[in-house]
Amino acid sequence: MSLPPLPLDAIDVGLHVPDWRAAIGAAGAALERSGSTSPGYTERMVAVIEEFGAYVVIAPGLALAHARPGPDVLTEGLSVVTLAEAVPFGHPHNDPVSVILGLAVTTGDEHVHFVAELANVFNDSSIIPALAAAPDAVTVRSLLGITAPTGEPASTEDKK
Amino acid sequence: MKIVALCGVGIGTSAILKVNAERALERLDIEAEVTAADVASVKLAAADAQVILTSSELLPSIGKTNADVIVIDNFFDLDELTAKLETALG
Repeated sequence: MSLPPLPLDAIDVGLHVPDWRAAIGAAGAALERSGSTSPGYTERMVAVIEEFGAYVVIAPGLALAHARPGPDVLTEGLSVVTLAEAVPFGHPHNDPVSVILGLAVTTGDEHVHFVAELANVFNDSSIIPALAAAPDAVTVRSLLGITAPTGEPASTEDKK
Repeated sequence: MKIVALCGVGIGTSAILKVNAERALERLDIEAEVTAADVASVKLAAADAQVILTSSELLPSIGKTNADVIVIDNFFDLDELTAKLETALG
């Protein structure tokens, strides 16, 4: 199984944010823009970190923002946000965070197929710094090896 | 043998931990069942588990358990997972 198509709407590159809440907010806003979630989901992703701490920072520099499935998840989706300046989430080993993935799933187990694909991509330790340094959304998408939805440019060369 | 991959809400991070733990176990040639669980279900899921894999942030949520609790810093680092599983199971 491969990762779901990643629309450019779901990618935000080089954002300036003051703190982890704003970073999660940006990942949530990107999920909303791409049609995956409604705003309540963003608040629930923040609530997960408030309740359980910064465990979502699963690798140096990388946060996987997510919450349980719910009515605010319209369709499964992924978003990617990179930060101009990394922000601390409060993780003892993996702070500060410069790349945030937003993950939304509609049931508890359907995500497993694309999580395995995410693991394939991120088992290469060079990917997180490469994403953090990517100049634009098209580069982020090609680094992740994700296909473009129909009608979107697949590479920087195609970009109008 | 049973291993539990624990995260706060039981999706996403625990699934990544499960997938990579299975890859590490394959490297070690160890047969084990890896289950993803959330904090709410960890007592039940880990009742007969030998190992719980999780983030340092979730340690306080685990409570009393007979399983070995292994803290993973980088969920994508197969070398870290393999080394820590080898120490716990070897």
